[in-house]
Amino acid sequence: MSIILTAVVILLILALIFGALLGYAAIRFRVEGDPIVEQINALLPQTQCGQCGHPGCKPYAEGIANGEPINKCPPGGETTIQALADLLDVEALPLDGEHGEEKPRTVAFIREAECIGCTKCIQACPVDAILGAAKHMHTVIVDECTGCDLCVEPCPVDCIDMLPIAVTPQNWGWDFPRPAHQLIATDAQRGAA
Amino acid sequence: MTAQPRIWDIPGGIHPPQNKHQSTARGLEQMPLPARLVLPLLQHIGNRAVPVVQIGERVLKGQLIAEANGPLSCPVHAPTSGIVRAIEPAPYPHASGLAELAIILESDGQDEWTELRPLLDYRDEQPLNLLDRIRAAGISGLGGAGFPTAVKLASRPDHHIDTLIINGTECEPYITADDMTMRHRAPQIVAGIEVLMHILKPDQVLIGIEDNKPEAIAAMREAVGERPMQVVVIPTKYPSGGEKQLIQILTGKEVPSGGLPADIGILCQNVGTALAVHDAVLLGRPLISRITTLTGAALERPTNVEALIGTPIADLLAFAGLRQNRLYRLVMGGPMMGFTLLDSSAPIIKTSNCLLAGTIEELPPPPPALPCIRCGLCAEACPAELLPQQLHWFAIGKDYEQLQRQNLFDCIECGACAYVCPSSIPLVQYFRAGKAEIRGIELQQSRAEHSRQRFEQRQERLEREAEQRELERQARAEKAARAKAAREAQAAQQQTEQSEQATEPKPAEPDLARIQSRKVTTLSAEQKQLKIAAATARMALQRAQKQLAANPDNADLQAQIPTLEQAFTQAQQAFDAQMSDQEKQ
Amino acid sequence: MAAPMSSPHAQGSNRTRTIMLQVLGATAPGIALMTWFFGWGTLINILLASTCAIGFEAAILRLRRRPIGFYLNDGSALVTAWLLALALPPYAPWWLVLVAIGFAITFGKHLYGGLGQNPFNPAMLGYAMVLVSFPMEMTSWPVWRGIEQLQPAFAPTLGLMEGLQRVFMPGSLPADGWATATALDLLKNNSALTMAELQQAQPAFGSMAGRAWEWVALAYLAGGLYLLYKRIYSWHAPVGMLGALAVMSLLFWNGSGSGSNGSPLFHLLGGATILGAFFIATDPVTSATSNRGRLVFGIGIGVLVYVIRVWGNYPDAVAFAVLLMNLCAPTIDYYTTPRTYGHRKAKRGLGKGAE
Repeated sequence: MSIILTAVVILLILALIFGALLGYAAIRFRVEGDPIVEQINALLPQTQCGQCGHPGCKPYAEGIANGEPINKCPPGGETTIQALADLLDVEALPLDGEHGEEKPRTVAFIREAECIGCTKCIQACPVDAILGAAKHMHTVIVDECTGCDLCVEPCPVDCIDMLPIAVTPQNWGWDFPRPAHQLIATDAQRGAA
Repeated sequence: MTAQPRIWDIPGGIHPPQNKHQSTARGLEQMPLPARLVLPLLQHIGNRAVPVVQIGERVLKGQLIAEANGPLSCPVHAPTSGIVRAIEPAPYPHASGLAELAIILESDGQDEWTELRPLLDYRDEQPLNLLDRIRAAGISGLGGAGFPTAVKLASRPDHHIDTLIINGTECEPYITADDMTMRHRAPQIVAGIEVLMHILKPDQVLIGIEDNKPEAIAAMREAVGERPMQVVVIPTKYPSGGEKQLIQILTGKEVPSGGLPADIGILCQNVGTALAVHDAVLLGRPLISRITTLTGAALERPTNVEALIGTPIADLLAFAGLRQNRLYRLVMGGPMMGFTLLDSSAPIIKTSNCLLAGTIEELPPPPPALPCIRCGLCAEACPAELLPQQLHWFAIGKDYEQLQRQNLFDCIECGACAYVCPSSIPLVQYFRAGKAEIRGIELQQSRAEHSRQRFEQRQERLEREAEQRELERQARAEKAARAKAAREAQAAQQQTEQSEQATEPKPAEPDLARIQSRKVTTLSAEQKQLKIAAATARMALQRAQKQLAANPDNADLQAQIPTLEQAFTQAQQAFDAQMSDQEKQ
Repeated sequence: MAAPMSSPHAQGSNRTRTIMLQVLGATAPGIALMTWFFGWGTLINILLASTCAIGFEAAILRLRRRPIGFYLNDGSALVTAWLLALALPPYAPWWLVLVAIGFAITFGKHLYGGLGQNPFNPAMLGYAMVLVSFPMEMTSWPVWRGIEQLQPAFAPTLGLMEGLQRVFMPGSLPADGWATATALDLLKNNSALTMAELQQAQPAFGSMAGRAWEWVALAYLAGGLYLLYKRIYSWHAPVGMLGALAVMSLLFWNGSGSGSNGSPLFHLLGGATILGAFFIATDPVTSATSNRGRLVFGIGIGVLVYVIRVWGNYPDAVAFAVLLMNLCAPTIDYYTTPRTYGHRKAKRGLGKGAE
């Protein structure tokens, strides 16, 4: 009888000690991680274009954290989907065509002669990249423009074009070499970059 | 003359065939004046220069034609006198083969100098003034990279430069421009070094020259004489002439990764740059010409020329007797680090030290690449002690994280690895593409971060504004309520005072009712349409007037104005009529 | 020339094919001596193995839809074939060679993606496979020229026709008297005799590490030194392997009594040590990648060879040791990265995100 009692007591004491140890470790060695929404938001391209159906990237990040599919971001494209899949440890889905297609990055350009200075685009721009006052023509700050398209729709005189970014010797970069023999499908995929 | 100081060895390196003798037999020749010069606005690392001349303007030799744009930039000067014919994108010597904005200058054959301001007693000047002079002369490194020299000289103002290294190594095969510069311009180079010494006040000056250039070594030793500089002869090995490698050879120190030589108290300048500094300070001449090697088996008479910056490559090749049918690959720079040129109408620029017109035997097309067998010859050849085979592996897999872990950005792209690769893998291209890709991703990330901040700031601003409006609305509502209460109190008082003259509507009320009724009923659909029509007509009219103001001769516009005016008046009248009708009701 | 060509525009004259042919050439002294001692068996092995290797390689390239001529031309299949043929006992039955080569080329090389992609040395994979599957055939080493003068019961197979018969119709010749156990075998199974007695009783022992064997080993050493001289590979892997083996055998050398584990010389010159050190451990594809890594890789092989020889079940262990170290090579790579110019310390270890 006393043996059983001793055993129970010892086990209890052990449980207490280890419990205390674990509890201490949990507090002492606690890892402060970014909340998941911030981590997701950091992977999104921040165009704030709303193509995913949310009013900006952060709300979509919140949506993803709540279980929304990760394939609704056309500006981020495959790269973003892959990064999100890695972060969340889910399967990388192909981009959902419903929200648009992946396109090369563009910037908005206002044909200033046609601009009537209505300020509608200024209100639409999510990153304040358009300058101008009422009844004065507006210009796009090229470096700030995310190419989100949101200013094109509201323009009453259709004077905003989305132009692809030109390749110049300054921003040009080398491509990966093509494999010597492109014979089967997997080769071709590997070589295309 | 002191004894040869100690030198160190660099890891790796290769010994490709030198091929230097071809272009040294004819000495240094003067290139005849070309008819047309192409002067790209970007001949250096940094911001594109801004033109300060008009099309059609006549400029003199040495005149400023494009000024520096910001601190990291370099001005451009007219290499000869002539007329500015155009400022437009023109062929540009760059690996991409893309065009770059350039000033096209048609020479008038007179080669008339602008007024020069030589500065012989530079020793009395403040170093800062000399730096300004070097900056204004448009000097950027003549060795290859083209970093603005004034910026480099002032790169770490808080660090004392104890060692000034003058790079006369010229380790790449075929190129002999620095060799010829030293042979024929040694006194001027030494004078230029003295200017640099006056600016930097270094403890020692080391002039590194490879032992395959005995004439240059002799000329430099003679020019140096008893001055406090040392000509250091180093063994011939590629790539000893890389800045980081030369520093290691001469001092045994390594430039920290991602840092500058100035971080360890060292500054490195090319001999050509020293010559340009001499010209800029002692002669007052901006950088408008340079010594360039013309070589390769496709040329009948390979040589070195002193040519004006902006001389079209085709002119230079013709001067050296190009045999077009033999030409297979035209390279600017040497066979190890140069880039192919697709268009020989591009000019030479400040960084062009060599034109290599190679035949197919000389520069054969690379055989198809075999799989990497990890033989490790590349790692043995790598002067940066990288593992190119691993980098290649990760580059194929696009594993950018591992590429950075393997120090991809410490690769100097010297090409030694690809040279020794038995599988003919274009390693350097993999590394360049990997670097470009990583830079792109980083740029995108910083951009995204920036956009996110701006978006959040905007959201905050909008919220603030909404709050502000809400506060104002509340304040107004309160005020109105107070006013009402006061009125009511007054009315009550009046009522008590004039109890006999009871219930009579307040005089304000009918007005308020009328305004309210008008607001509430607002505009009917018809009225709305009329109002829009009037507004559109007014806008069209205003726009036409504005355009007319800009272009007073436009007859079409003039004709349009009365019609538009009429349309507007009609629309406005129709709307007004409607409104007054309603009011009457 | 639509896409720009990246520098360098000049290239050295070294080619994969040249390297492979030089490796083949460096085996010549060893082959010559083996032929002298054991008769035509080695040459028949090589011929048979080469034919099989080229056949398998071509067939699989075809299956994988790769250009056959282009890849056959690199000579890598031949190297695998020769090394495997040299490791197999001379006069191995034809089907043994076929199975070993087939396994080496198919499973050792192409299943992983062909040249440069294989984690294991194909020759050693084929060797280990047949060693495990057919121990009888793999341990019948023919006796050498000159044994009949010491022990008349033995008769070395020296004639070409006889050799061919042994290879292609193994059952048609008397099974006794032409093959014997190797010195490593004898030492392993010995429990009563001292080294001196062993040497007395068993002519296979020779003076150092087995008669004939020691000479063949020295011939391989000559070939290996030639490759080192030609800078086909660096000294790190062979020196690491031989050094580690020497140190191990010195440490655990129980004198020359019956419990002796064999002298350092015995281990260095016996079995496939030298062939392994200069021709197998130096296979760049499957070894570690940096020089320091190769040294570690070689040391690992040396230690494992000794451990398996002395305390394991198999008399020789080069194949297993190499395969085990092949497995470790990527990890060795992560921990032996050299320090890059301008960095104070090398970045070692798996790093974030590496698996």
